[in-house]
Amino acid sequence: MAEFRMPSLGADMDAGTLVEWLVKPGDMVRRGDVIATVETQKGLFEVENFEDGVVRDLLVPPGTSVPVGTVLATLSAAGEAPAAGAALAAIPSPATDAATARPPEPTPAVPPPPSTPSVRMPVSPSARLLAAELGVDPATVKGTGPHGAVQRDDVERAAGKRKAAAAAPPPPTPPPTAPPPADFQAGMRQAIAAAMSRANREIPHYYLETPISLEAALTWLEGENLKRSIKDRILPAVLLLKGVARALGDVPELNGYWLDGRHQVQEALNLGFAITLRQGGLIAPAIHNVDLLGLDDLMAAMRDLIARTRAGRLRSSEMTDATITVTNLGDLGVRTVFGVIYPPQVALVGFGRVMEIPWAENGMLGVRRVVSASLSADHRATDGHRGSQFMEALNRHLQAPEAL
Amino acid sequence: MSGETKTIRTTYREAVRMGLCEALRRDGRVFLMGEDVGRYGGCYAASKGMLEEFGPERVRDTPLSELAFTGVGIGAAMGGMRPIVEIMTVNFSLLAIDQIVNNAATILHMSGGLFNVPLVIRMATGAGRQLAAQHAHSLEGWYAHIPGIRVLVPATCEDARGMLRTALEDPDPVLIFENQTLYPMEGELRADAEAVDIDHARVMRAGEDVSIITYGASLYKALATAETLAADGIGAEVLDLRTLRPLDDTAIMASVAKTHRAVIVDEGWRSGGISAEISARITEQAFYELDAPVARVCSAEVPMPYARHLEEAALPRLETIVATVKGMVHPHG
Repeated sequence: MAEFRMPSLGADMDAGTLVEWLVKPGDMVRRGDVIATVETQKGLFEVENFEDGVVRDLLVPPGTSVPVGTVLATLSAAGEAPAAGAALAAIPSPATDAATARPPEPTPAVPPPPSTPSVRMPVSPSARLLAAELGVDPATVKGTGPHGAVQRDDVERAAGKRKAAAAAPPPPTPPPTAPPPADFQAGMRQAIAAAMSRANREIPHYYLETPISLEAALTWLEGENLKRSIKDRILPAVLLLKGVARALGDVPELNGYWLDGRHQVQEALNLGFAITLRQGGLIAPAIHNVDLLGLDDLMAAMRDLIARTRAGRLRSSEMTDATITVTNLGDLGVRTVFGVIYPPQVALVGFGRVMEIPWAENGMLGVRRVVSASLSADHRATDGHRGSQFMEALNRHLQAPEAL
Repeated sequence: MSGETKTIRTTYREAVRMGLCEALRRDGRVFLMGEDVGRYGGCYAASKGMLEEFGPERVRDTPLSELAFTGVGIGAAMGGMRPIVEIMTVNFSLLAIDQIVNNAATILHMSGGLFNVPLVIRMATGAGRQLAAQHAHSLEGWYAHIPGIRVLVPATCEDARGMLRTALEDPDPVLIFENQTLYPMEGELRADAEAVDIDHARVMRAGEDVSIITYGASLYKALATAETLAADGIGAEVLDLRTLRPLDDTAIMASVAKTHRAVIVDEGWRSGGISAEISARITEQAFYELDAPVARVCSAEVPMPYARHLEEAALPRLETIVATVKGMVHPHG
């Protein structure tokens, strides 16, 4: 029997709200099927299942917020008999032969499995909503309302306490704990705050920056785009992503995690792509296996990802699988990005604005379209030397766009 | 003189009388009819002196038959008049409920929109004056169940006078319920008071921690509750519904969204009452705003007792409302 648990959709998530079950007991599910939607501070996600099997019991009702790791449902492995008393109705087996058919032997009455009484904590609807917004697990909050119910005040107190605890050495006078603003953006802000604080606390960053001429790449792309209809045209960002993927092929150490005190290089190349949300905040969901995608496929994947991110329909794997993050602040006019790594990843690649600048090459001065590429990397995992090799490789691949 | 807003101090009873007199003066089609409204001046003295001013054609004493004179009112309204029918108490209106529900409320519909019934029916409601179980119930919630009529519950002097005028401008039947304990109550009202809005509830006191939703005479218990709670640091918002049909959902939900807690105070019984309807709507429309279950303080489910101490015990009491709120809110601090 397998257990389906509340996944961690990022380093900053400690609880999630089960919003909807997309399966019911008795349903066959395969690895990769979306079986539930979960809401976190970063929005709504479709959560995938990791085992083939049959759904036995759904243990957590929709609307409940539970800590990461909580068992949400149990699955019978494919082939395993569903438990007696499970919601699967016994399908009458067709009589094989009338002659051999005999009345079924009386089976001893199987007592129904002891049902675990689901103790539902009294949490007021409004407090539940506020807790989700503030990233507080209501199960950890002490209720002071009627019958010990958790109310808004309790959640606000708990959120305030957590904030106070996160603050460095206790100051002589307690800081004024203004109730955090109760909205979604505030929740996301807190999530980003938690992840970025962890990054700057734990990760010894080093930074490299180099200007890269995009003249060759953009000229080639302009020619390529003439062959495409307007809606199929490839954006320059796709070339940059692909260039990063190629360079990671040369320097794979930057593609992976620092977990449990050691460097874990990942084979899959899943680029987290930072997407700014219109209402504020940002998410860096993964585009899977960028090394295996052609430019057109990558363009389509990127377009799809941006649309689904903004619509709040990301899949859980997209939230957890990124092995490195790419951020592009070029459209905002920024020249260079010095990014903060999203833990447990070990690197972040940043691109600024493509600028026309005077550029000396082979003893000649000309005007070129140039982008400032930067690398923020975890010094525990790699050194500046390896980082420099990555930057060199990135430049080299972007000079040969037809090979991307 | 004109242009400046003068206020006068008067009683609810006098405000009703002023409203009636103004209505009869303003529009020749308006007349008042009911038991003892003429020579006796109204059983709550709301039409005292009107017979002398307007004469027996326009201030008409009727026989003791609610069914008959309410039916006459409906006919007169359909014939172009603007009758005001007074029924002594809501308990007696049950004798006329066939006319009200089967005729007044349905004729516009049954005639395919041909005939409006511009009728106003006033009646006293509520307990608190030791009138016992046949004269003291609060059945306005029943009428709020019926499509085709509007149900008004004026709690202030301003509404007692102004709602009548707005009701007379309505082309369809309007029922006005005057809580009998309010008649001697004094209050301020504008000397030049005009028609008042009858579509919206009104926040009578603003607060942050709990919404006390009420109407009629219970409004004053709610305001007293809010005063008591303020001493304990609990901010109670008091919402006067003013109209029970149609309910002002927007105002109710806005208040609940602000305070996250709601207590409904209603002199009617809890089972199947207007308080149940309000509670259901809050659950339907503002569930995720709620920080505590909706609470209700209603009359005890008994026929209204005659004995004073029992009557007081049966009605929603200040102490009960205070205790109910305190059970939902933990004071800040």
